[in-house]
Amino acid sequence: MATLTVNGQTKEVTADPTMPLLWVLRDVLGMTGTKFGCGIAQCGACTVHLDGIPTRFCVTPLSAVGAKKITTIEGLSPDGNHAVQQAWIELQVPQCGYCQSGQIMSAVALIEAKPTPTDADIDKAMDGNICRCGTYQRIRAAIHRAAEIKRG
Amino acid sequence: MTNRTFSRRDFVRVGVAVGGGLFVTVTGCKPTGGEVAATGPFAPNAFVRLDPDGTVTIIAKHLEMGQGTYTGLSTIVAEEMDADWAKVKVEGAPNDTEKYKNLVFGIMGTGGSSAIANSWEQHRKAGATARAMLIAAAAKQWGVAVGEVTTEPGVAVHAKSNRRADYGSLAGRAAGLPAPATVALKDPKDFRYVGKEGTSRRVDSKAKATGTATFTQDVKLDGMLTAVVAHPPLFGATVKSFDATKAKAIAGVKDVVQIPTGIAVLADSFWAARRGRDAVVVQWDTSAANTMGTAEIFGQYRELAAKPGVEIRKDGDAESTLGGAAKVVEATYEFPFLAHACMEPMNCVVQLGKDRCELWYGAQFQTPDGGAVAALTGLKPEQVKINMLFAGGSFGRRANKAADFVIEAVAIAKAIEGRAPVKLVWTREDDTNAGYFRPAFLHRIRGGLDAQGAPTAWWHRIVGQAIMDGTPFMPPDGKDPASFEGAADHPYQVANVFVDVHYPKIGVPVQWWRSVGHTHTGFAVEMFVDELARAAGKDPVEFRRGLLAKDPRRLAVLNLAVEKSGWGSPLSAGRARGVAVHKSFNSYVAEVAEVSLVGGRPKVHRVVCAVDCGIAVNPDVIRAQMEGGIAYGLSAALYGKIDIDKGKVTSSNFDRYKVLRMSDMPAIEVHILQSSEAPTGVGEPGVPPIGPAVANALLALTGKPVRRIPLV
Repeated sequence: MATLTVNGQTKEVTADPTMPLLWVLRDVLGMTGTKFGCGIAQCGACTVHLDGIPTRFCVTPLSAVGAKKITTIEGLSPDGNHAVQQAWIELQVPQCGYCQSGQIMSAVALIEAKPTPTDADIDKAMDGNICRCGTYQRIRAAIHRAAEIKRG
Repeated sequence: MTNRTFSRRDFVRVGVAVGGGLFVTVTGCKPTGGEVAATGPFAPNAFVRLDPDGTVTIIAKHLEMGQGTYTGLSTIVAEEMDADWAKVKVEGAPNDTEKYKNLVFGIMGTGGSSAIANSWEQHRKAGATARAMLIAAAAKQWGVAVGEVTTEPGVAVHAKSNRRADYGSLAGRAAGLPAPATVALKDPKDFRYVGKEGTSRRVDSKAKATGTATFTQDVKLDGMLTAVVAHPPLFGATVKSFDATKAKAIAGVKDVVQIPTGIAVLADSFWAARRGRDAVVVQWDTSAANTMGTAEIFGQYRELAAKPGVEIRKDGDAESTLGGAAKVVEATYEFPFLAHACMEPMNCVVQLGKDRCELWYGAQFQTPDGGAVAALTGLKPEQVKINMLFAGGSFGRRANKAADFVIEAVAIAKAIEGRAPVKLVWTREDDTNAGYFRPAFLHRIRGGLDAQGAPTAWWHRIVGQAIMDGTPFMPPDGKDPASFEGAADHPYQVANVFVDVHYPKIGVPVQWWRSVGHTHTGFAVEMFVDELARAAGKDPVEFRRGLLAKDPRRLAVLNLAVEKSGWGSPLSAGRARGVAVHKSFNSYVAEVAEVSLVGGRPKVHRVVCAVDCGIAVNPDVIRAQMEGGIAYGLSAALYGKIDIDKGKVTSSNFDRYKVLRMSDMPAIEVHILQSSEAPTGVGEPGVPPIGPAVANALLALTGKPVRRIPLV
């Protein structure tokens, strides 16, 4: 049995220690906001924060989590009103939407680290998150907008 | 367009929906255009439900896979109904071909950028009928003449007596009223939503920004097992024998079964199923499998390109005109196999019972999928229930001619005799290795110019697999139009044109891919036009303008994109512009790309796009589709390539199958032409021009034409 802290709540989990945390979230805890895209840390759909660091949960086994705190898309805000989510809705970013949880988690980490990110910062922070619908331009604009909202 | 009145023949039927709501079904909407006419009698449609609390539910007959169709269909209905957008909700329609068929296809299905085009009149009438009945209900309630009642969003109004009634409060009364004999449609000048920026915003943004939108991957039924399948290593290979001992020893694995497409491992989690799958030892029979690789396939295509194919078009005598031309330009372009690579790999949830099979997935082709499920299970088609969920992308993949992933899920459920609901999950590798690629194509083009640089002959040979093989869309003469659409009918005025096609049979499954034949025909034609312009010593824009006099809509998008791009104005050192214009799915798109070389690799800085898609129903969705189409096409132009080695797909995941990422994304500007024509497609037409626009910029930059795709 492992004890996880997910979105501020303690969860007792019984699962194969090799099971990637993506599947612990989805299949064991029933938290489906985090998505499966490639399974080899190439697309970023599974991005979750581990102690605030964006992490590819499709390749992070349960055994690796230790006492680190997990934050998922479900835990970003109580009402879907995080600055990044507001900006995403305002600029109508999502198309199919499947990659967007991962995109948003990467974006949140970026503006936490750099409250006024440049385009080059965005390229660097977001290059690991693939969007096949091609929403990149809106993601870029929404990150700038979210940073603005956050600064108030 | 002016007010239109529909006669009593446009029959309207009314019933009371669950919860006392008003349920309007409209029949009599014949398709008025499109590439393929619908067949059969007109059947009832059911697109709107109004609940007493005022919620307006639009029942969407088309799959929302990112293209914004839920928003677009709802906008049309809400417009004519005068619904309050804040109260509009959307649900996916159940599979019911009679009610929900695509009027272009004649079956229930989404594709060909046809959702808005085929629904425009039908959904306007559905909304207008609802509004007329709500007006009648309000008039009756107030004892006033129908003609005195008007509407505002979500409210019926009697101005004379200053009375107002929310639509929801009228639902019960409206449901009991007879159908109106005629329904008037709005004059477009009165539109509140259609074409109005910022009004009918996407209905799915919040769910998709909060992780709460339900995709197939997220479905969980009581007692459900997850299935992962050991698939054949080669196309056409089958199971000879297998040993599941090790797989069954893995905790969580519940069952291992043989199905026609491999060995399925069922478990209580994806991870256990995946580990189980990897532990199954399978002996494959590869005797009938494809063992050709991409190198051999292109070798064969190059040989075919030297031989006559099936003649598609012959105007005048291209061959002898080439013989007498002042200048002859010849080019051979090669286009690779491409995977759709949707972010959500194929998956499907199925619950199989004795007299019922229920499915949950991103259903794009309900009628053929349902038929295939019925055939496999022995059930009647009406015993197959398909719940259409959001799809994490498709780009054509989910409209599979063999219903491949759907049938595989049902085969697994059948193999365990329906003991548990099954969720089939393909890994990324399963998804890519299953094929149904955009076929590889070779285009060989020869063009003749006279002494003044005017084109006199266009000779064009196309080699590539017929994607319509095995579909109802294949014409009896075997001339699959998807191989030459956009090429044989290219718009440039040349007196002598010859086009022929080879349809080689190759054991790699192929299928439509966002913008279908135009993915390669538009690419080849638009690159070749630039090569001709260069040989003629003319500016590529001027050269095109001279050949497009009879095509005003194409000329208009070309001119708008060119103007907005600053064509001809100086660029910073090391940059060049390229242009391309193409018509697909009845929409016209021109794109100008600004490109440089960074470390020898093309870098696209800016793309200016102009689109004419008729009436712009949701301008922001149209912009998003152009942005997305450009990104999708640019991804293919720069990186897209499926490698096959001795029959085995070797580029199965994003480490080898490279796609566009954030740092590759150019700044895109989209300009929408004002139009009063009926709306046409936007999901696909943004794709074809971007590749050739970039290639043409590279030609301008380096003087060297591009002959092989991808560019990187």
